[in-house]
Amino acid sequence: MTVGDLHRGDTAVVKSFLSGLDSQSRFLEMGILPGVELRLVKIAPLGGTIELKVRDYYVSIRQQDALNIVIEN
Amino acid sequence: MNADTVPWVALVGNPNSGKTAIFNLLTGMDQKVSNYPGITVEKKLGTGKFNDGTVYHLLDFPGTYSLTPESFDERIVTEQVLQWIHGKNPPAVIVSVVDATNLSRNLYLTTQLLDLGIPIVIALNMMDLVDQTEKIDASSLKKWLCAAAIVPVSALKKSGLNKLKKQVRASILTKPVNNDIFPLEVNKTLETILMPITSLLYTKLGYTPRLAAAQALRLITRNSTLELYNNAIQEGQKINSKTVNELEHLRTVAIKEIEKAELKPSSLEAMLRYQWLDANLAQDRSDHTNQIRKINANEKIDQILTHRWLGPGIFIGLLYFIFQSIFNFASIPMDWIEAGVNWLGKGAVTLVPESNFRGLLIDGIIAGLGAILIFLPQIVILMFFLTLLEDSGYMARVAFMLDRGMTKIGLHGRSVLPLMSGYACAIPGIMSTRTIDNWKERLITMLILPLMSCSARLPVYALMIGAFIPPITVGYIFGLQGLMMVMMYFIGTVTAMILAKIFSLWIKSEGKSSFVMEMPPYRLPILRSVFRQVFIRAKLFLFNAGKIIMAISIILWFLASFPKTDNRGEQTTIHNSFAGKIGHAIEPVIQPLGFDWKVGIALITSFAAREVFVSTMATIYNIENAADDMVQLSDAMKNDMNPSTGLPVFTPLVAVSLMVFYVYAAQCMATFAIIRRETNTWKWPLFMIVYMNVLAYMVSLLVYQGGLWLGFS
Repeated sequence: MTVGDLHRGDTAVVKSFLSGLDSQSRFLEMGILPGVELRLVKIAPLGGTIELKVRDYYVSIRQQDALNIVIEN
Repeated sequence: MNADTVPWVALVGNPNSGKTAIFNLLTGMDQKVSNYPGITVEKKLGTGKFNDGTVYHLLDFPGTYSLTPESFDERIVTEQVLQWIHGKNPPAVIVSVVDATNLSRNLYLTTQLLDLGIPIVIALNMMDLVDQTEKIDASSLKKWLCAAAIVPVSALKKSGLNKLKKQVRASILTKPVNNDIFPLEVNKTLETILMPITSLLYTKLGYTPRLAAAQALRLITRNSTLELYNNAIQEGQKINSKTVNELEHLRTVAIKEIEKAELKPSSLEAMLRYQWLDANLAQDRSDHTNQIRKINANEKIDQILTHRWLGPGIFIGLLYFIFQSIFNFASIPMDWIEAGVNWLGKGAVTLVPESNFRGLLIDGIIAGLGAILIFLPQIVILMFFLTLLEDSGYMARVAFMLDRGMTKIGLHGRSVLPLMSGYACAIPGIMSTRTIDNWKERLITMLILPLMSCSARLPVYALMIGAFIPPITVGYIFGLQGLMMVMMYFIGTVTAMILAKIFSLWIKSEGKSSFVMEMPPYRLPILRSVFRQVFIRAKLFLFNAGKIIMAISIILWFLASFPKTDNRGEQTTIHNSFAGKIGHAIEPVIQPLGFDWKVGIALITSFAAREVFVSTMATIYNIENAADDMVQLSDAMKNDMNPSTGLPVFTPLVAVSLMVFYVYAAQCMATFAIIRRETNTWKWPLFMIVYMNVLAYMVSLLVYQGGLWLGFS
């Protein structure tokens, strides 16, 4: 399962990153890393991007990146 | 006081941490904005006073999440930090601005700064917004972080700033306490692997044990850190290439060993640092675990503002409201300015005796200045709204909603804000493309940005529409004038989108595109800060554009007024003045677009800046009208008849053709200069000039000839 499989309102714990993730270091420095819990807040009106809540803040990422973030089942 | 003895303080923090608001509060109006050498990252230097009256300098750094650079802006911070490490003008104190509502992510950067051994004062901003249920134990925080001080502040309520200044003053020239040991928990295996690098940094470069360990970890984590060391040699920092080569070698060896130990080198620093942070923070905060499930006020607002249907609708509505108010609210101050300029001109007539100088003063300087001042209200209103949207946090939502559309045409969600700034002025828009990490997306955004109708076109549109488009209502509610205006913005924007797609197909890409964007909490914009930004931009516009306009108005007045007599000794008119000759010379080229020689002169002067069109026309008509009083430009244009045909020079069709020409033409020297600087080559500005002007000519030709063929006039 990846973040890309989550539905609105679902929470999950990050397990690992797939090698296809382009902006891995950006995720890491923002504290999105294995062991961290996140919630899918919403999907953008046109799709393409999703909004997550991680730690104390909201962040939006692209769907294709979401597919490269593996979550624990 | 000697400039060298004034202590300087660095202001560092995450994006959206309220850093700039604190900077403004600490320095007041006393600030200078310049650029870092060679690049266009803004360097904001201010001067403040401690409570005891001593002066200090404050440098505001671009917002960054860490000391491992991702974007241009962030690179600046990292480069500066490396210079400090090597003893080049380090700050007396670093003020680390931390958003208290978002502690762990903000403290990540703070802990990296703490490794440096420079006294750190943490400004715990937005304390007023922290949930009452969730207490933050500042004294415990200070203790385990080993910060010099922690001061809760609120930039919004302007509280805590005196205490912050007091603590900064007290921390100058102090040595950080208990700061020698690297606090992160590094296990034995990893420590052994890192040891060769750590000891090299310790012995050869004289780092403290803590800094050596931190830099060793960062070198492993990011390739770019090594690049920075290589750059440091070229800058003449006290580090030699032998040491860097050695570092590179040790790094390669260490990375292999780390991979053998089944660890991921690229995530090492973040993993260890966040583990340490999270473990310690857990002690100081209650009710932390449920954080991600909490639906806060922002999320509720976003349920509407980024709603599937409502979101895009509200965005379009906002845009419509902004453009509508530009016309509605601006008309009153515009009347005042017009009256003021007329009064000035009349005064000059009575005060100054008839002379060449009076001609220059009235027909050149006052007419030129008046023509530009009159549009200041519209520009200020547009800038005001754009700044509001940006400061409130709404712009990030726009990027979130539109990223998919933007990606499809080769742009990025972050292109939306620069493009929208382009409606005010291309210059700040182009500068703000720095937030786009990917070069190709950034370049395309810059190349199409000048097609967004900037405020310099507004005077041209406003003049032509006001004079030649009848104020009738179509479809019951829409004014034809307003529709025409929207049309101009619309065709520029749509063309920009189409060209972006075309450019993206042939510009080769470097690196990958990414989109990881914080959605900052909605914040009530601090009006003082908004007005300041509007004021600074309006001032820049008036002075920069004003200088050009003034110079051109004077040159033009000269070209249009001389020679005073022709070779037969007869009084000349503007027809056979220097300017008239130039205009007549290019008339055959622009006649198919419906333009006469007067417009020809204005097109040439507009190459410097578009708004010069209006002042040029004003100057030409003022000189042509030999009387002393100033002519009303739109009336003069309406009454202008072609002497050979007896028909009006300007018709609604000519007006539309002219406006379309201004939508597309590349006519702003400042834009070319900034693109040259951002791309570091003349190739792209030249490309832009060619493509835009060819487009302008062709579309204008199509509009005018097509219009004639369809029977319009």
